Amino acid sequence: MSLTREEVEHIAELARLELSAEEKDRYRQQLSAILEYAARLQELDTSQIPPTSTVLAQRAALRPDIPEPGLTIEEALRNAPAAEQDQFRVPPVLE
Amino acid sequence: MLFWEEFTVTAIMAALRRGEVSSREITQAALERMARLEPQLHAFITPTPELALAQADAADRRWQEWRRAGTGEAPPALLGLPIAVKDVLTLAGVRCTCGSRILDNFIPPYTATAVQRLLDAGVVVVGKTNTDEFAMGSSTENSAYGPTANPWDLNRVPGGSSGGSAAAVAARLVPAALGSDTGGSVRQPASFCGITGLKPTYGRVSRYGLVAYGSSLDAVGPLAQTVEDVALLFAHLAGHDPRDSTSMPVPVPEINLRHDSSLQGVRVGVPEEYFVAGINPAVEGAVKAAIRVMEGLGAEICPVSLPHTEYALPVYYLIAPAEASANLARYDGIRFGRREPAETMWEVFYRSRGAGFGQEVKRRIMLGTYALSAGYYDAYYGQAQKVRTLIRRDFQQVFEKVDMIAAPVAPSTAFRLGEHGDDPLAMYLEDVFTLPANLAGVPGLAFPCGFDANGLPVGMQLMGPHFGEAALLRAAYAYQQATDWHRRKPPLAEL
Repeated sequence: MSLTREEVEHIAELARLELSAEEKDRYRQQLSAILEYAARLQELDTSQIPPTSTVLAQRAALRPDIPEPGLTIEEALRNAPAAEQDQFRVPPVLE
Repeated sequence: MLFWEEFTVTAIMAALRRGEVSSREITQAALERMARLEPQLHAFITPTPELALAQADAADRRWQEWRRAGTGEAPPALLGLPIAVKDVLTLAGVRCTCGSRILDNFIPPYTATAVQRLLDAGVVVVGKTNTDEFAMGSSTENSAYGPTANPWDLNRVPGGSSGGSAAAVAARLVPAALGSDTGGSVRQPASFCGITGLKPTYGRVSRYGLVAYGSSLDAVGPLAQTVEDVALLFAHLAGHDPRDSTSMPVPVPEINLRHDSSLQGVRVGVPEEYFVAGINPAVEGAVKAAIRVMEGLGAEICPVSLPHTEYALPVYYLIAPAEASANLARYDGIRFGRREPAETMWEVFYRSRGAGFGQEVKRRIMLGTYALSAGYYDAYYGQAQKVRTLIRRDFQQVFEKVDMIAAPVAPSTAFRLGEHGDDPLAMYLEDVFTLPANLAGVPGLAFPCGFDANGLPVGMQLMGPHFGEAALLRAAYAYQQATDWHRRKPPLAEL
């Protein structure tokens, strides 16, 4: 299992990660080694085995759907890198 | 001061109750030890001395009122007890970095339920402890704020990712701390630092306010010197929380640690897959000796098999990164956290995440994104989920025959800082004996059972069926009544 540089760049794009040339090279090697290690999972016949997405034996506990007070606008914006008129300020989304 | 001789939760609470010492005195002593030892240990990212002293004074006022009244309702069980909190659990108004530059200036507006429950029980918080970035690591070396040292040997790692919490307890900076365990991050540092740590059953303790890493695996757990102290903290942490739909409405049993120290009638399974080539002989020897001690206390020792153990590592390192890649999508530089200047919003995403995350976090996001991507999902993530079912079934079948499983916590003792360098697979192998409990969702309790030739602690773990913490705590309590490994302290703790 060996990843190409193009595959690494494609994954980084999906993950919205800016990587340096050196990082791309290192991750190409390291991810290849890890995926090669993970390939041993293919040894097992799992055609009759259901997947596990949760280990909980019972259904998730639901609470009544009643609105409750949440964060105030001020609290929600306190950690914002930039805010204006009670909103998050961002650079242009459209060209 | 007398209480330094035994700096445990139980001893401190007894001294506070008798009025022999005030919370301010204990808290100040803890803060003074932090000031003296932190330059060598670096167990904390953010100490909170002002908050701690204010909480301590409030606790002392409540103790005084109770004493003056002479009668009335007893104060909360942990009133005035100083503790530390891993920096992946939120405390409103106190910076929460998760060991990451991307959250360097993040002040959470809310408090994690686990932290709130301990606050309700009266604790004093002296600081937020160091962690591998977003809890991704086995040595605390992946923290953007620098590594933590092991109190037993300052050139070695404390384990991870709750290495700051474990080092703080082992060095007697605090009697107890909170950690989180996604693949062993409470148990392995407890083992490396010679203390006791519990990973509760998945769904036993609320994850609300625990910054998400692998949501189907994450658990909040306590670390302390003794099983007795861990049991006391666990009793306050456990229980359903309407804010976490995966926290189960299962009754929390009253945990009566038996004082007769007997393990009569307890069936302990020893899985052959946990004693394999590559395990440090000192670890194997100490754990097997501990199993003989349990047998001497009346336990019935039974060989068992968990045949899919060898697949736990690849399963974990596909599922955890996959969940992490989704959970960490929220760090986008828009609503909170670090934002790198850029011309468009899309560039803000790339640059903020590229500059804000460290190497291991980026590696796992890449791995998880790949495992979930079109064309590879079935072969990697889907197959890992199916093999996870086989690992769960191994545990279910064994727990039909035995009450608990005894095994090493980790294949080695604490390794040297920098020893695994840039070799992620070598680092991942450190977790080989702790990952299965997270994948199966079962509880695991780690506690000291000996030392290697270098004087480094060896840890043993007991694993039990879902919601079976009480039996593990009782068995380990019996073991600690018969042994004194948990009373050994590193030379640093004498200073």
